This record gives sequence, structure tokens and C-alpha cells, in this order.
Amino acid sequence: MATTETIPAATPPPAADPVPAPTSARQRRVIQDKPARVDRWFDRVTLASGLFVLVLLVLVGFFLLQRSRRAIGGIGIIDFLTTEGWRTDVSPPEIGVLGLLTGTVIVAMIAIVIAVPLGTVSALFITEYASIQSRKYLTALVDLLAAIPSLIFGLWGFLALSGQLSSLAEWIGTHFGWIPIFEISKDANLTNSMFIAGVVVALMVVPIIASVAREVFAQTPPGEKEAALALGSTRWGMIRSVVLPYGKGGIIGGSMLGLGRALGETIAVSLLLPQVPALVYRILENGGSTVSGFIVLRAGADPFTTSGLMAAGLVLFVVTLVTNSLASVVVARSRSGAGVDL
Amino acid sequence: MTDADSPIASAPVAPAPVAPAPVASAPVASYIPGSATANGANGANGAAEHRAPVTLTGGPPPGAATLRSVDLCAWFGDRLVLEDVNLLMPAGQVTALIGPSGCGKSTFIRMLNRMHELVPSASLAGEVLLDGADIYGAGVRAQEIRMRIGMVFQKPNPFPAMTIRENVLAGLKLARIKCSDKDTLVEQSLARAGLWREVKDRLHSPGGALSGGQQQRLCIARSLAVHPNVLLMDEPCSALDPTSTARIEETIGELRDDVTIVIVTHNMQQAHRVSDLCAFFLAAENQPGRVVEFGPTEKIFTEPDDPRTLQYVQGRFG
Repeated sequence: MATTETIPAATPPPAADPVPAPTSARQRRVIQDKPARVDRWFDRVTLASGLFVLVLLVLVGFFLLQRSRRAIGGIGIIDFLTTEGWRTDVSPPEIGVLGLLTGTVIVAMIAIVIAVPLGTVSALFITEYASIQSRKYLTALVDLLAAIPSLIFGLWGFLALSGQLSSLAEWIGTHFGWIPIFEISKDANLTNSMFIAGVVVALMVVPIIASVAREVFAQTPPGEKEAALALGSTRWGMIRSVVLPYGKGGIIGGSMLGLGRALGETIAVSLLLPQVPALVYRILENGGSTVSGFIVLRAGADPFTTSGLMAAGLVLFVVTLVTNSLASVVVARSRSGAGVDL
Repeated sequence: MTDADSPIASAPVAPAPVAPAPVASAPVASYIPGSATANGANGANGAAEHRAPVTLTGGPPPGAATLRSVDLCAWFGDRLVLEDVNLLMPAGQVTALIGPSGCGKSTFIRMLNRMHELVPSASLAGEVLLDGADIYGAGVRAQEIRMRIGMVFQKPNPFPAMTIRENVLAGLKLARIKCSDKDTLVEQSLARAGLWREVKDRLHSPGGALSGGQQQRLCIARSLAVHPNVLLMDEPCSALDPTSTARIEETIGELRDDVTIVIVTHNMQQAHRVSDLCAFFLAAENQPGRVVEFGPTEKIFTEPDDPRTLQYVQGRFG
């Protein structure tokens, strides 16, 4: 009990001290540092490159806005956003982005629906199931897939995959035709459909998602994984209760990043889709168009059409910008996202 | 307690950062191991502790189990790190493993519930017998063994995204064990780990928000909830302050009747205080770790047979 007596005895002196000056009266010092010359230059160079990227982004937006003024001015912004077809042979011309944008979103959605599970599961296989030795090679292989030019994917899809997929499309149409988007009419042409384009784009998106997800899964705290296993969990139970919740941000971020690519994908869809702007909902049947694919096919037409294409491009620019910004926010907020750059 | 209750249940806790300070420090005196008030205090608050234990279906068989290692050796790659360990860890007793760093204590304890094999290059020889049956035998599932032999790690590792209650029940979900009365199980497990009083009003707040010592006791509660036959503790107090350490030592004392405990510790006094049996591991330079001496704790600490043991327990090296 001796200690309990000494403590109160020791406490009074600080209280008896003269009243300290109020904090506001104290002069706060400005902390200064004189950086070395190399640091000052490094500061300037990095700042300049950062600003350059920002300026580039603004310039692109400005350029698109400038060039699309003629078309948007002639049609009106509301009409441009709500017209589904693209006719310049009538007067006044009827051009709009609705059909193109719908097609773009549908193809991107098909791609994401296929690519997210595929990419996530391949990332899980690499981080959780593959042996240490094979992990390296599998990672390289997935990254290699991302390096294949989209033209190759497009050609392969057009020449080889299309035939195989149309029989799958027929099977889906026969068994799930009661779902409106999977409806097919009798003797419909099932090649060059948004479904096929979506599958091909999915293959391009898988490596992006797999790569981001793998990076995040690999950062799962080993202590939490061991905790789950030590409780008698199966490996799958551990993945479900520890790895997936931890990597949620990475999966979402990777998917949004993939979505950005899917929305902007050009060459493959220009090869695979008929690119006739219209509202098409039957994804298994021939038809469909996307903003970027359409722009490529019509580039170099008359000034008014070109201006219309610029306007369509502007819409796509805004949509992808919003998608990617959302992705950054989601990933930065998640527990695992801090280490992932988007 | 349903999920709908949670906002209401957690609301009064809002001013907690100020309020619990005196509350938390007041019982400290009574938490000293062996003090008479400790059990009384817990009993008064954890009434569920004295009810019959909740029955689990699909869980481990009831009661403590005897663990025995026979000629156990361990390798990482080609390097032999542990050689010929023969220990008998009797049911319902506390066995402490002591020795300097790098002598293979952690490797040994991880072999006892098949966590060793999670290291990709790890291999072993010999047997580990759980009530006479080899846990590395043909057709034995690692998951089943880990369910029967729980483990508490050096660094507290509650699942941060789960609430306290979910953390306690995590083992049931992961090992697919059924329980008819989860509320009572949560209360009993937390009470056995000595955490019930501190968290009973905020079972729905995240487990990661607790202090280090509380997190470690939550991990103990989580291990106890599946009613394991053996509980392995790998330096459970090395990341904790003395008060939390005392609290966990008290918990160990209360658990010894229901579950066999094996504890690795660098703290000689702790080994002396909590254990019935004590094994001293030692590895000479570039040599695998071996058990130098194994026997009743009292003998190891007062009149060991081997001079190296005496030197170590007296703090003259290591």
C-alpha cells in the first residue's frame, strides 16, 4: 500500500506550479526547412509531370467539346442524347447517341458479368491453391494475356469463336428465351451479336481483374488466414470468410477498371458488331453498335457527321471518366485498397 | 440478442471512452492469479458460466485430451530444425514450453495441430498422438484436428470485419458445427476467456476496436467456443502489457480443468506460475532444437537435472 500513498503525495506539486500562459498567447514557430538542390528539382519535375497529365485530360475534354459544338448545336443536347438512330440523309439530320451508348453499356455489362467471376477465381487459384513454383509462371501468363493486342482478340473472335459461340447462343436462346434479353426469333442470325462481342471483350478484361485481385488477395494478413484455419475451417471457408472480405475492394476496383476498358474497347467490337445504331435488346441476335466501334467505322465522313462522332466520343469520355473515378473512390475506401494503384 | 437490437445496445456505450477507465482499473487487483475474489467476480457477472455447457453437434468429443509427441522431427526444406521430441502432455494440465528464440518451440507447437504443413517447404517425421490416435495418420483430416486442437497466436488476430459476437461464433460457422443456443455459448465462451464483463454491452461492435489484451482474450473465447480438447498458445502474452498478461494467466488457470493447455512462453515467471509441466528446448549453433529437460514445473525451476536448464531458468543465458 506504500505505492498508493506516494502517488497522491507526488501529484500536488504540478498543481502548485505558477499558472502557465494560455496557449493562444504563445508564439507558434513556423517550421522551416531548406531542401537540397536535388530535392527542389525533383519537386519541380514531379509537379510538372503531374500537372501535365491533368492538363492533357482537360485539353482532350475541351477538344471534344469544341469539335462537337456543330452537331450538338444543330440537334440540341437533349435530342442528341435521346435519338437512337443515326441518319444524315434526311433533313434535318437525325443523329444521336442513345443506341450507341446502350450497345456500349450492354456489351460492357456482358463482359463484366463473365470476367469478374473468371478473373476473381483465377486470382484465387494463383494466390491460394497453386504451388509456390507455379505461382510465378501463372502470374506471368495472366499478365501476358493483357498484352495481346485487341485486334488479335477481335480477329480470333470473328474468325474462330463466333461459330462456336453461336451454337451456345442458340442453346441459351432455346432454354432461357423466356428472359426478354435472351429471346431469339425463328431462323434469326446468331452471328455478330452483342453476346459474342461481350464474350470477346470479357477475355480482354479478365487479365486486368485477375491482376488487381491477385495483388490484393496476396496482401491478406496471414494471421487472419491462420486464425480461420486453426478454428477447423476448410480452405474454401477461409477464403470466403477472410480472403474475399479483405479483397472486396480490389475485386470492385479491378472490375471498374476492367469496365473502363470494356466501355472503350474499339477494334474488336468494330469487327464483331454490325455497328448500325439502334436500340437492340436481344443480345443473342445479330445487331448492336458501340460508341467507339461506330466512330472508327465512320471516321473521315462529312464535317457534320464528324462533329456528331466527336459528340458521341465526348459522351463516352465522360462515362469512362466517371466510372474510373468511382473505382478509385471505392478502392481507396476499402481496407485492402490502400496499396493498389488505379 | 437479435441484430435489430444492436443500435440500441451499442448506443449507451457511446461515452465509454471516459466511463470505463475507473471500472477497468478497479478490478485489476482482483485479477491477480490465484486471488480469491477473481472467481467470485466472474461468477457473479457470468451466470451462464455455471449453467451446463451448451451442447454442440458436429463438434469435438467432450473433455480434455492427452497429447503425445513421439520422436517428432521437423524440417524446413533440407534443414532439420527440431529433432526427436518426445513429450507427454496429460489431459487437463498446463504444459509450458520454454527456451531461447530459434530453438523450435513454435515449430513444435504448430506441429501439434497441423499448422506446420501450411509452410510450403515444411516436412516432419514421427507421430503426434491425440488420445492415442496419430493426427498425421492416413485419412485424418487436418481440419478436424484443428477443430479439436485450438490455437491462440502470438499476435491477436480477431477477424476485424466481424463483430465481437460474430468473432466468437466464427469457429462454428467455419467448422460447420451446430449450436442450438448461440447466445449462451457466446456468453460462456467470453466468460471463460474472462472478457464477458467488459464486452457484454457491445457484442455488436467490431472486434478490431478492442484493446490488444481484450483482442487476445477474444481470440481465446473464439477458440473455446468450438469446445476444443486441447488449446495451444504460442506466446499469447508477448504483445501485451502486464495487466492483460495477468488477466490471461488467470484465464489459463480457470481453463485447465476443461481443456489441455500447451503454452510457449519467453517469460520464465509466467511458465513457473501457470504450468504443471515444463519442457526446456535448446538448439546449439547450427544444430536442430532438442528437448533438454522435461518434467514437473517445480522441479525444472528449482532442481533441474541438466545444468543448462538451471542456467536458463535463472536467467544466466538466453
